Amino acid sequence: MITLDSAIFWTSAVVAIISTLSVLLSRNPFHAVLYLILSLFGVAMIFYTLGAPFLAALEVIVYAGAIMVLFLFVVQMLSPASVPDSAADLKRPSVGQFIFPAGLAAVLLTTTVLALYRSGSLASADDTNVVSARELGVALFKNHYLGVELASLILLIGMVGGMHLGRAAGSPDDAEEDEKVAVR
Amino acid sequence: MPFAEPALVVASILFLIGAVGIVVRRNLLFVLMSLEVMLNAAGLAFVAASALHGEPDGQIFFLFILPVASAEVAIGLALAVLIYRKFRTLDLWSIADSAGE
Repeated sequence: MITLDSAIFWTSAVVAIISTLSVLLSRNPFHAVLYLILSLFGVAMIFYTLGAPFLAALEVIVYAGAIMVLFLFVVQMLSPASVPDSAADLKRPSVGQFIFPAGLAAVLLTTTVLALYRSGSLASADDTNVVSARELGVALFKNHYLGVELASLILLIGMVGGMHLGRAAGSPDDAEEDEKVAVR
Repeated sequence: MPFAEPALVVASILFLIGAVGIVVRRNLLFVLMSLEVMLNAAGLAFVAASALHGEPDGQIFFLFILPVASAEVAIGLALAVLIYRKFRTLDLWSIADSAGE
């Protein structure tokens, strides 16, 4: 028997898998990033049906909102290297190109609207136990406070490492350091 | 928990797609994206296991995967920019060729 819940789960799972496959198969990095965002939305819907609404929100905000935008920035910075046909693609987008991704996104959007429409009844409909943000926070800071500190350390390391690597080569700082090394 | 076990299957499929992507693609950006897919699939497996056992700990582990993923992406993309400045390409094979000389 196909219930609405299982329809929501399977549709978002299929959309996630198909869009991830499209990431693998697409040639243009712009399209790949957009397909990956769609795949992350699908996984967020799976989180929602698994009883993790807070993580579904975090997936959309952090993964699709922050990490993928970082990817888009870098793809744009490096676009002459990575997008050989970008100019041609942007000039003449045919309607056929839009149908597949737009259809996938529309299916997922319909699923999301259905799920949100049923919101609240998801927990009572079956034995899925929904973990609220409050429960999650209490469990996090009660049992895993060391992990929170380590996560902040990882973010600090990522930031310092990114700043160090992103320093422009041949910048004044670099030249000074080279001089120091040369003097030594 | 009717969807926990199918969700584990979906997580392994996504993980496999990511692993194949890392091996097959030659563009560094696509390799980084496949890494993202794999991390995300691992997170999905954690959440599915959490739903399977009815404990919130799996979901907490996803909260720890998030900063790992963002730090990895920040450093990986900075490295990609550096590599592009040095080698003028993101093709991993030609980078490996010119680095080996």
